[in-house]
Amino acid sequence: MNWKFADNINTDLITPGRYNLLLDFDKLKDIAFIEYRPEFRGSVQCGDYIIAGNNFGSGSSRETAVLALKACGIKAIVAKSFARIFYRNCLANGVLAIEHDCTRIACEVNLTLDIDTQTLCDNEGNESYHLHIPEIMLVSYMHGGLLELLANYGVDALNDIYSFK
Amino acid sequence: MAQTIVEKIISNNVGYQVRVGNYVLVEPDIIMAHDTTCAWALSPFKKIAKRVAVRDKIVIVFDHAYPSPNVQAANLQSEIREFAREQNIPIITDGICHQILVERYVRPGCFVLGADSHTPTSGALGAVAVGVGSSDIAIAMATGKCWIRVPQTIKINITGKRRKNIFAKDVILSIARLLKSDGANHRAIEFVGPIVEKMDVAERLTLTNMAAELGAKCAIVASDAQTEAYLNNQGRGADYSLIKSDTDAFYERVIDFDVSEMVPQVAIPHQVDTVVDVQEIAQQRIKVDQVFIGSCTNGRIEDLEVAYKILHTNKLADNIRLIITPASNAVYCEALRRGYLQSFMELGAIVTSPGCGACLGRHGGILADGEVCVATSNRNFQGRMGSAKASVYLVSPEIAAKIALTGYITDTLL
Repeated sequence: MNWKFADNINTDLITPGRYNLLLDFDKLKDIAFIEYRPEFRGSVQCGDYIIAGNNFGSGSSRETAVLALKACGIKAIVAKSFARIFYRNCLANGVLAIEHDCTRIACEVNLTLDIDTQTLCDNEGNESYHLHIPEIMLVSYMHGGLLELLANYGVDALNDIYSFK
Repeated sequence: MAQTIVEKIISNNVGYQVRVGNYVLVEPDIIMAHDTTCAWALSPFKKIAKRVAVRDKIVIVFDHAYPSPNVQAANLQSEIREFAREQNIPIITDGICHQILVERYVRPGCFVLGADSHTPTSGALGAVAVGVGSSDIAIAMATGKCWIRVPQTIKINITGKRRKNIFAKDVILSIARLLKSDGANHRAIEFVGPIVEKMDVAERLTLTNMAAELGAKCAIVASDAQTEAYLNNQGRGADYSLIKSDTDAFYERVIDFDVSEMVPQVAIPHQVDTVVDVQEIAQQRIKVDQVFIGSCTNGRIEDLEVAYKILHTNKLADNIRLIITPASNAVYCEALRRGYLQSFMELGAIVTSPGCGACLGRHGGILADGEVCVATSNRNFQGRMGSAKASVYLVSPEIAAKIALTGYITDTLL
C-alpha cells in the first residue's frame, strides 16, 4: 500500500524528539509517525511506499527519521522534493528516495518499481511514471547505502564521489 | 574565475577551484556532534573504523538533553562518554553546540561540519558550516572527510532603514515568509547589505541560524570589523581574517529585501514559514501559558539584555511560566554579572542551566495538551516542544518579553 503525505513533512513528525531517545534500530518501527499518523506503525508493511509532496523530511537532522522508515521496510519514498539532510541520510542508509510528483497515485494501488528502466507503474497498468534517479542515489542504494559501501570496500571508496555527475 | 565566498572556502579546502554542482571531498576544520546525533553515529563509526582520523577536529557537545532528564537520555550519554574516552575526545557540556562553536572554535574561512540541522549558524563568522546526519558525521570522524556538492548561492541583500523594534529575528522570519521552508533547499545563502553590515555578530547568528529553516546547506556573512570585534572580545583576535565574495561572482538569485516598513513578526503554528505581523493576531488576544527565551537562535547575552530591559521594572502576567535558558555558560555568567538573572528570578521567571532547554521538547518546559507557548527559538513544528496538541509561536526576544508581561500575544504593552 501507499502512504500518502502532504508537503513539508518534517522529521519531528516522523520521529518526535521525545520518543527519539533510543539506539535500537528495530524499535524505531514503533515510533514512526507515532503522533502524526498513529495508524502507520500498526499497519505499515514491508514493501509499502511513501508518496509525498514537497520538502519531505525537513527540519532536524535526526537520522532516526530515515532509519524508522527503513525499519518499517518502506520500499521507496517518492516525493516531489526532499529536504537536503534527509536525502543525505537516505543515501547513507540505502533508503531509496526518488524525486518525482506521484501524488496522484491512490493509497490502495499496487506499484512496481523497475530500477533498470527507472519506471514506477501501477499494477493495473493505468499509470506509468518515468523517474530520474541520480547516479549517487542509484549507487548508494545498490550497495545498501554509502555506509555499507564503505564498510565493504574500505573508506577510500569515498573517492568515487568525484565520478558522480 | 570570480567566486562567491562559499565557493572560495570550499576551493581553499580542497586545493583547487571548484564549480557549482561539483561533487567534492572536503576536509572539515571542525567536526561536531551532540548528545543525540553522536549517539546514532557510534554504530556507523564502528562499522567502518576503529580510531578517529582527526581527533583534534572533533567537538562533541552535550546540549540537547543535558543534564539528562531520564534514563534513556542518560544511557545515550553514557555510551557517547565511553566512545569519547576510548578515542580521547573531550566532551563539552557548557552550552548549545552552535554557541560553543562560535565562542571558541569557528574562524572566518573555515569549514564546519555538524551533525545538527542548525549548523549553518557558524556562517555568521564567515565560515561555511554544513549540517548533516549521524552517518555522515561518523564517516567524517573515521576519515576526516565529507562529500558535498558545491551549492549555488542565493544573495539576500538587506536594505532600508530599520525601526528600533525590529530585530534580526523579525528580518529572518519575514524572509521565511517570502522564501518558504524549502526556498533555499540545497543552496547557500549569503546575507549582505547595509543592514547586515550594521548588525553585530549576535544578530547575524540569528539570520544564519534560521537559514536552516529555509533548507539552506549553509548561510554566510562576509567577515568584517564586526567579526573582528567579536573575535577580539572572545580573546581570539588572531583567528580573524578577511573573506568575502568577488564583486563579479555569479549568484543563482539576488533578493533585495527592504526592512523599512517591517513590523514585529511571528511564525504561527505549525510551520516556520507561516509568518504574520504580530499586530494581525493581537486582536485575537491569544492566551499564552509559557514563554521561552533561549536557544541557538536567540539565547545570547544581547537577547537577554533586550528581555531584561522590557521585564525588569514590570510584573509577569498571572499564571504565565517564563523560562529563560542562556545559550552557554559564558552567556549565563555574563547575565549573572550584569544582574539580569537575579532580576529574572525576582520576577518569578525560571532560569535554567544553559543548553537547548525547552526548544525541542525533551526537558526544561514540556508543553501540555492545548497549551500555547511563545518562543524565541527556531521551530514551531507540531509536537516540537511537547504535546502534539500544543501550539508554538516564534518571535523575537523583545516580543517574547512583552508577552510575558501581558499574558497574550501582542506587540504592545498597553
